[in-house]
Amino acid sequence: MSETITPDVTIDARGAGCPGPLMDLIGKIKKADPGTVVELQTSDSSSTTDVPEWVEKAGHDLLDSVEHDDYWSLYVEKA
Amino acid sequence: MTRIVIVGAGTGGVVLANKLADELHAEIDAGDVAVTLVDESPDHVYKPTFLYVPFGKKTVADAKRPLTELVDRRVDLRIGRVTEMDTDAKTVGFADGSTLAYDYATVATGARLTPEEVPGLVEGGHHFYGPEGAEALRDELAAFDSGHLVLSVVGVPHMCPAAPVEFVLMADEWFRQRGLRDDVDITYTYPINRTHGLEPIAEWASERFAERDIRAETFFNAESVDPEAKVIESMEGTELDYDLLVAIPPHDGQPLIAEAGLGDDGWVEVDKHTLEAARAPDVYAIGDAADVPTSKAGSVAHYQAGVVAERLAGSVRDAVPTATYDGKTMCFLEAGMDEATFVDFDYERPPVVRDESRPVHWAKLAYNQSYWLTARGTL
Repeated sequence: MSETITPDVTIDARGAGCPGPLMDLIGKIKKADPGTVVELQTSDSSSTTDVPEWVEKAGHDLLDSVEHDDYWSLYVEKA
Repeated sequence: MTRIVIVGAGTGGVVLANKLADELHAEIDAGDVAVTLVDESPDHVYKPTFLYVPFGKKTVADAKRPLTELVDRRVDLRIGRVTEMDTDAKTVGFADGSTLAYDYATVATGARLTPEEVPGLVEGGHHFYGPEGAEALRDELAAFDSGHLVLSVVGVPHMCPAAPVEFVLMADEWFRQRGLRDDVDITYTYPINRTHGLEPIAEWASERFAERDIRAETFFNAESVDPEAKVIESMEGTELDYDLLVAIPPHDGQPLIAEAGLGDDGWVEVDKHTLEAARAPDVYAIGDAADVPTSKAGSVAHYQAGVVAERLAGSVRDAVPTATYDGKTMCFLEAGMDEATFVDFDYERPPVVRDESRPVHWAKLAYNQSYWLTARGTL
């Protein structure tokens, strides 16, 4: 499915330090227009649970989560 | 002659100018290189000082020194407001209509506060992220003897990701020392499902919050403030009543970044290792203005300035620049009024938080003084 998702914005948060990939995602989502698809690239495994949890709470859509060799791509659409 | 222009004289800009003046002193003296540092203010401001102002431990004046005292005489200092950048013509334009040509430019324009992005926040909230805000909060805190203090991290990203944690821990102890803590409730809100973006810091902070009766409200992204009813509401649907609201306001980059096509959401899109702008040749960005996955913090600007100084010096000498930034970040964390810890980390190495101690608190205070040597490019 991910092969067909073309993100509008890609955040390379691989190796992200402070304050972390989820905070990078929230920063971008806040400024994006509704319907924007953001790809979050993260090497932090906790993102695979943190991000879906926040996305659900904030009412956005997690379109897909794809595991690559050494990072994950999480596709989020802003509600 | 190679013309190097640095836009912005905060920590990154000043350290870069002084390191270039040192590294390229022979070329500058020979007239082969000119380094120009531009800022709209004749003063340099060390923002970490503002954390101490609300508690009466520092004054706004302590944060400020004239640039002429800090910048090497080999650097041309130009005071004026840069309003545009033409990366094709390679010029920066000033508010008075004049322009300055460059061969290499570095954007070091920092972050600005945009509390107006959240309805009611300007009227209803206080902050300690600028001189006026810190002084107003000092007066408000001095008169605050009972009620609910809410510290809300509203802006993401924001400068100094440690400061909100420090503020509530300092406020807790400050109220205890003044015999008021039993009459003051403290709540800390954070946008994600823990108390800090980095798990080790979140664990450290949560443990201390629990010990000191500081309530944490997570998954709280402030959407609006009602200054009349004194209520802050999150986009997740939570409402909090407050008597004193201290907010970390939303931040943005300078408008000239988007207008120059250097980045879409306020920050300059850069290679996180080389710090070269992704969308324009011969442009670097450092400090808060650069969109890199680490803190908007003075230490980052400081380390990045060293990297860009080496790269620029290489380019001037027709050498291939090899210096890269590895995400190195260092932050002190106050745990109250007389103990602190510190964290250092990079893109590959997560932080380890040590227990707080008095000597680290003294080290933080000492560093705040010796910062002026950092600004001069000495430390």
